Amino acid sequence: MLSVAAPLGRAYARRYWMFAVPAAVIVLAVILFPWVFTLFMSVHEWKVSGATPFVGLANYTKMLHDERFEWAVIRTLEFTTASVIAPLLLGVWAAVCFAANFRFRGLARTLFVLPMMATPVAIALVWTMMFHPQLGVLNYLLSTVGLPPSSWVYDSSTVIPTLVMVETWQWTPLVMLIVLGGIASLPTDPYEAAILDGASAWQMFRHITLPLVWPFLMVAAVIRLIDALKTFDTIYVITLGGPGTSSETLNILLYQTAFAYYDLGYGSAMVVVFFVLILLISLLLLRFRQREAWR
Amino acid sequence: MSRRGITRHRVRRWFGRAGLYLSVLLLVSPAVLFFLWMLSLSLKNELDNTAYPPVFIPHPPTLSNFVDVFQKNDFLTYTINSVIVSFSATGLALLFGVPAGYGIAKAKATKAAALILIARVTPGLSYLIPLFLLFQWLGLIGTLTPLVITHLVITVPIVVWIMIGFFEGLPGELEEAALVDGATIWQAFLYVAMPLARPGIMVAMILAFIFSWNNFIFGVVLAGRTTRTLPVAVYNVLTFEQISWGPLAAAALIVTAPVLLLTLLMQKEIVAGLTTGGVKGG
Repeated sequence: MLSVAAPLGRAYARRYWMFAVPAAVIVLAVILFPWVFTLFMSVHEWKVSGATPFVGLANYTKMLHDERFEWAVIRTLEFTTASVIAPLLLGVWAAVCFAANFRFRGLARTLFVLPMMATPVAIALVWTMMFHPQLGVLNYLLSTVGLPPSSWVYDSSTVIPTLVMVETWQWTPLVMLIVLGGIASLPTDPYEAAILDGASAWQMFRHITLPLVWPFLMVAAVIRLIDALKTFDTIYVITLGGPGTSSETLNILLYQTAFAYYDLGYGSAMVVVFFVLILLISLLLLRFRQREAWR
Repeated sequence: MSRRGITRHRVRRWFGRAGLYLSVLLLVSPAVLFFLWMLSLSLKNELDNTAYPPVFIPHPPTLSNFVDVFQKNDFLTYTINSVIVSFSATGLALLFGVPAGYGIAKAKATKAAALILIARVTPGLSYLIPLFLLFQWLGLIGTLTPLVITHLVITVPIVVWIMIGFFEGLPGELEEAALVDGATIWQAFLYVAMPLARPGIMVAMILAFIFSWNNFIFGVVLAGRTTRTLPVAVYNVLTFEQISWGPLAAAALIVTAPVLLLTLLMQKEIVAGLTTGGVKGG
């Protein structure tokens, strides 16, 4: 028996590395090369044509005095915070509902998941039409229930909440699915005991479900956090950062700097800062992942 | 339990049921109403689309918006572009990603998995500045190659991530038996593990395809006039025909209809895949 087990041990496991080599080459080429090159560009003044002189950390210090950049950071944090909290709350509610048995559950769940699968550009276009102040269907619906019309994305005071609404509509399903996966893995006996003791549905949720799915909720929170920080398609299509710059998040500013003003050096420096931020958050995610022991 | 206790229990149960159905209705309706409105916009003529109060049910429904989209824009080319890019990126990702997922799962290489995770969290935009320059130097801007290559950034991590989870869930005994019988690890993978993992490969394929199809950001930077993918083409319809809502909604529906249909048809696989890793593209 020992002679059979031995080749399947540690040394043998190492041989499985060769399976990952082609994928690793791609990852290195398409992911690692851009990182290194971005770092290189971020310390140069780099426009699309012409010389690219070395400028040291000038691009980074420029950020410290760039009000537009600072506002973009603040806005990104605003947008992100709201776009994490709202989907989490709704997603947990949805997961609890979809964990129950009822008729047409499969169909209802699929319909609920559609917004996150649909092409973001396509749904962003439809939202844009719905937000139209005079002809949009949303203001009509508000008027039918006696509410005053909103300016939605056409006013700097309502644009961020409106984009958060779109983001919530789109990404609550992902939170729901992750939490639902958690609920599905729960043991049934605590519930049986609780029912015998006459616990209410809320008590069971608060004292059994919530503590047990907490790790899944944390994973969902971190994933949501990263995705909200990265949001691009919907904001780009619906407002392009407007009106003015009132919905210009980091990702949009980054795009404008690099591909509208072609200031690639400064854009790269922003990418580096943005990336460090996201990397810190993903390390957080990895800790939760490992605790969860690779579901 | 006394009779009164039973009645109270029943009443509570009934209220619980009613609450559940009401909750589900509230949760599902924003999605359903949104897509119905999208359909309604695409089937109405311009007069009805700009009417106030809005016309909800197209009367009579017209397909002229769809005809319009294909006549005024080169949507056929863009559809072919999208198909080529998404199929190539998904195919290549399966070719490289399935063995990688197997290797990582077998070697229990959590660090390699972390690298994949980093690919998942990095904003797509951050690859684009250097890759844009690289493709420019290589003279590839204006062809589909840069799009296929960049879409690998989306598809490879999805495939690897899902396959790691899937191969870890497979019992190892069959492959071990094959190894004892003198098979190489490559043969054990190809003839034993792969056939068992077919459902997982299916899930990975569907999700990689959908998120590649949906991608906008790579196309908007890297595509030329003739190499636009559908999402980019639809965005251009917006910029050029700001006011005609019918064709705009029709174009949006054309782009997203394959994905919506795929989701409805493959709901089990998609839900299974999404719950394993919080997968999302771009």
